[in-house]
Amino acid sequence: MAIGVKVLSRPERQVSYVRATLKGMALTFKHMFQPRVTQEYPEEKSYDDVRGTYQLAPRWRGTHRMLTDEQGRSKCVACGLCPQICPSNCIKLVPGEDEQGNRYPLIYEIDEFRCIFCGYCQEVCPEEAIHVGQHYENAEYDRARFVYDLERLQSQTHAVSTLWDPSDPKGE
Amino acid sequence: MSPEMKGFLLVSVIKMLAVFTVILVGVALLTLMERKVAGWMQNRPGPNRVGPFGLLQPAADGLKNILKEETLPAEANRGLFLLAPALSFIPALMLSAVIPFAAPWRMDFDFTLPVLGRFVHQGFMPMVVADVPVGFLFVLAVSSMGIYGIALAGWASNSKYSLLGGLRASAQMISYEVAMGMSLIPVLLLSGNVSFSRIIAEQQAGLWFVAPLFLSFFIFLVSGFAETNRLPFDLPEAESELIAGYHTEYSAMKFSMFFIAEYANVVTVAMMVTTLFFGGWDIPGLRGWLAEGSGLAVLVSFVKFFLVMFFWIFFVMWIRWTLPRFRYDQLMALGWKVLLPVALAYIMITAIAIYVLEYVLGVTDRRWLMGGLTVLNLVLAVIFFWLLDRGTIVSGSVARRERLLADAARRRQGAAPQPSYAAREAVPGASRATVTG
Repeated sequence: MAIGVKVLSRPERQVSYVRATLKGMALTFKHMFQPRVTQEYPEEKSYDDVRGTYQLAPRWRGTHRMLTDEQGRSKCVACGLCPQICPSNCIKLVPGEDEQGNRYPLIYEIDEFRCIFCGYCQEVCPEEAIHVGQHYENAEYDRARFVYDLERLQSQTHAVSTLWDPSDPKGE
Repeated sequence: MSPEMKGFLLVSVIKMLAVFTVILVGVALLTLMERKVAGWMQNRPGPNRVGPFGLLQPAADGLKNILKEETLPAEANRGLFLLAPALSFIPALMLSAVIPFAAPWRMDFDFTLPVLGRFVHQGFMPMVVADVPVGFLFVLAVSSMGIYGIALAGWASNSKYSLLGGLRASAQMISYEVAMGMSLIPVLLLSGNVSFSRIIAEQQAGLWFVAPLFLSFFIFLVSGFAETNRLPFDLPEAESELIAGYHTEYSAMKFSMFFIAEYANVVTVAMMVTTLFFGGWDIPGLRGWLAEGSGLAVLVSFVKFFLVMFFWIFFVMWIRWTLPRFRYDQLMALGWKVLLPVALAYIMITAIAIYVLEYVLGVTDRRWLMGGLTVLNLVLAVIFFWLLDRGTIVSGSVARRERLLADAARRRQGAAPQPSYAAREAVPGASRATVTG
């Protein structure tokens, strides 16, 4: 034999062609009638999924949202912790102060393009004002539209993320 | 030109247009069906974005392919590169011309058109584009032509992947062509004719050939898979090794033509299986129920032909999404060491059986003759499948035989036989020394 092909000598009793083929065909045929697992995206979205098959995880970190108080003003006190901790440096905050000495953000902008959605801003916020949210549809026609200003952050309505709690790792 | 000739030409042209339109549209839809079946078997819905249930997907694909850039590799053999897709596309379509797809239609007309003159047609019109007396041989001859397109595509592309794909395709198709031709000899023995109409008539008189010639059917089906380069025999375009094999360098509509040719070949194989082994358009008992040559009989027989054909097309896809690809040596071993000898032996057995039944035992009734062959085939099929099932026929036979021979030689010298693969694995280092040393 001039050319050798490495052929493993398999245990003869465990090798079958006809039976294995028929078994495989039965399996694939059975799969034809099983329920589909595909999420047909534009029609079925994870937010309003009633069956819960594709629901977003409660810890999903997506588009930001600024929470507001009863008067409709943002809860933010412009302490400056979030731009400080932000690893991608995407939060722009210019603090202001009113007559009573309450601090509030004059400018609060998040560049969603630069953001890496780590959720540190939500974690660090002492007032529970800025949050990452359970939302993922961010497409825009214009790059400038990806910089969310305070008004836009406040007008978001999606659910906010419940971040991972080290004392309750399974979220129970 | 005589009015009869004109009438014949008229119906022929209509049949031609009808058949080729249906084949081309059907083939386009088959690409969709393939993807749908693939999806369903993987618990997915398959393409469903374009049109209702994705039905317009083939149109979108076609449009895309027409609009795409045609690339031509540097240093490619320009003429052959352009010729190859046509060479594989045309034979694939030509085959459907000789296969009868419905019962003959009694058609009498006699009318005169202003410029063209008088058209006359009398009697039964066979529902086939060309009722060739050697239809069977025509199919075998033309189906082998498709390999020229593939081999030339591989060679003209000036690319190593294409060349390897083309080489594999030629080797594979030539190997399986032999087994395929041999597997069909028993059909000829039993029907005594090479015309498709006569083969169908013979099945009407007796039984569908799938019963009396089961092994023929099996070998033909397996060779058919290999001939159409479908999984598990799609080595010419094995994407894990050869990118896309012979059509690596093709783009746009030229690639599409290879694609269409593949599906047209699948249709042809399904048509051949239906015609040769499942009675074509024949429905047992149809002649008693419906008047011969009536439009209804034609329609019903066409539906039967279509359903059987459709099942075999589905079967081809079913197999594709079930089985993995053969290794190349297994492919060759299966073709030359299993299918060809079995086909040859089967010719002998069938010939002897027909001789014994017809001349020694004096069975003249076709049904009894074929019944006898069916019983014989049941026995043969059990033996054949039992042997085939013991895997080592196709794979591992060489190694096993050599190991057994070596063991025997060692035993003669009084030494212990070499441990089996499993035993060697269990003792690390036991056989490594001999390998590295």
